[in-house]
Amino acid sequence: MLKEFADYITYTLLKLEPTSHLGDALNFFIYDTLKIFLLLTTIVYVVAIIRAYFPPVKTKRILSHKREYIGNIMAALLGIVTPFCSCSAVPLFIGFVEAGVPLGVTFSFLISSPMVNEIALIMLWGLFGWKIALIYTGTGVVLAIVSGIVIGKLKMEKYVQDYVWQIKAGTGEIVETNFQEKLIYARDYTVELLKRIWPYVIIGIALGGIVHGYIPTDFVVKYAGRDNPFAVLVAVLIGIPLYSNAAGMIPVVQALVGKGMAMGTVLAFMMSVTAISFPEAVILKNVLKMRLIYTFFGIVTVGIIIVGYLFNTIL
Amino acid sequence: MEIKVLGPGCANCFKMEELAKTAVKELGIEAKIEKITNIAQIAMHGILSTPGLIVNGKIKHSGKPLPSLDKMKELIKGEA
Repeated sequence: MLKEFADYITYTLLKLEPTSHLGDALNFFIYDTLKIFLLLTTIVYVVAIIRAYFPPVKTKRILSHKREYIGNIMAALLGIVTPFCSCSAVPLFIGFVEAGVPLGVTFSFLISSPMVNEIALIMLWGLFGWKIALIYTGTGVVLAIVSGIVIGKLKMEKYVQDYVWQIKAGTGEIVETNFQEKLIYARDYTVELLKRIWPYVIIGIALGGIVHGYIPTDFVVKYAGRDNPFAVLVAVLIGIPLYSNAAGMIPVVQALVGKGMAMGTVLAFMMSVTAISFPEAVILKNVLKMRLIYTFFGIVTVGIIIVGYLFNTIL
Repeated sequence: MEIKVLGPGCANCFKMEELAKTAVKELGIEAKIEKITNIAQIAMHGILSTPGLIVNGKIKHSGKPLPSLDKMKELIKGEA
C-alpha cells in the first residue's frame, strides 16, 4: 500500500518517468520515509507502554545484591526495557551502587541500555529485516554481559569517586501509575521522541538516496567491503562521535550495504554509534575516576571490533 | 508546602521548574520551590532519572517525558 502511494505521488502526480534517476530516487525517498515513520510511531508507542512497567527504581530493586553472572545477565536484559537517557547516567549509577548492585552488574546495564534501544532496532528491522535486528539485539546483550563480567573481575571499586560510597540515597519509592497513566506516558514519550529525531531520519533517508543514486559500487566495495581489514576499525572510530544519531545513520548505512558494505562492519558501526558516547564519558567523570572510564570504553570498543570481524566472517 | 525540582540543568529540568511555578500560581497556594542541581544531592533524594519532582518529601515524578500542567497541579494538590 505504501508502495502504491509512493508510485502515485512520483509517477502520476508529479509525472516523473519511472526510469529516470530523479523519479527513482524520489520514489525511494517517499517509500522509505513513510515506512520508517509508520514503524517508528507504532513500535515506539508499544515499547513505551512496556517501559512504563520498568521504571529505573524497579530495575534497581531487582538487581540489588544479585550475584555475578546471573546479575549481569539480568542487568543486560533489563537494560532493553528500562528507559535510559545519558543525562541521567550519574544519579542512576549512584542509585544502583548505593542499593548494592555490584559494579560489574551496573556496567552491564549501562552498556546494554543505550545500545539495545528501540530506535536502533526499528530502523534495523525496517531497513535490513528482522534477522539483522535480532542479531544486533543478541550480540548487544552478550557484549553487555561479558563486558560487565570483565569489569567486575578487574575489581575496580577503588576507581569509583570516593564520595559515591558515602552517599545514603533515599528509599526511592516507585511512583505508582495506573494503565491509563501508562498510556499517557507512552503517548508523550512517542511524541517527544519523534519531535527530536524526525529531522535526522529525513536527512538520513535523503543522504541514503544520494548514496543509492550517485556513489559508485566499486568505491564502497573497496573501502567498506569484506576484504578491507581496516573497515571495521574505521567504522567504529567514525561511529564514536555520532552519538544518538542512530536514526539518521541507518538509512545511509543501508544504501552503503546495497553498494557492498559488509554486514559485520554495519553492526560494529551501529554499536559504536549507540554505545560509546563522549558526552556520557564526561558526565560519568562525576562518579568514576579516569582509569575506570578508560577501562569501560576500552573494553566496549574492543568488544564491538571483535563483533564486527566475527560477523564479517560468518555472515 | 515544599516542592523540590531535581535536575542537573538540562532543558527539561528548567521546563519542569517553570511548570511547577505556574502550577503553584494557578492553584493559588503557598509553596517554596527549591531547585536541586548537585548530582550527588539528586541521587541522595532517591531520584534515578531526571528531572525529578518531590512534594513534601514524596517523589511525585521522575524522568522524561514531563507531566502536563494539569497533571502537575494534580500532583501538587494531592499533597496540599
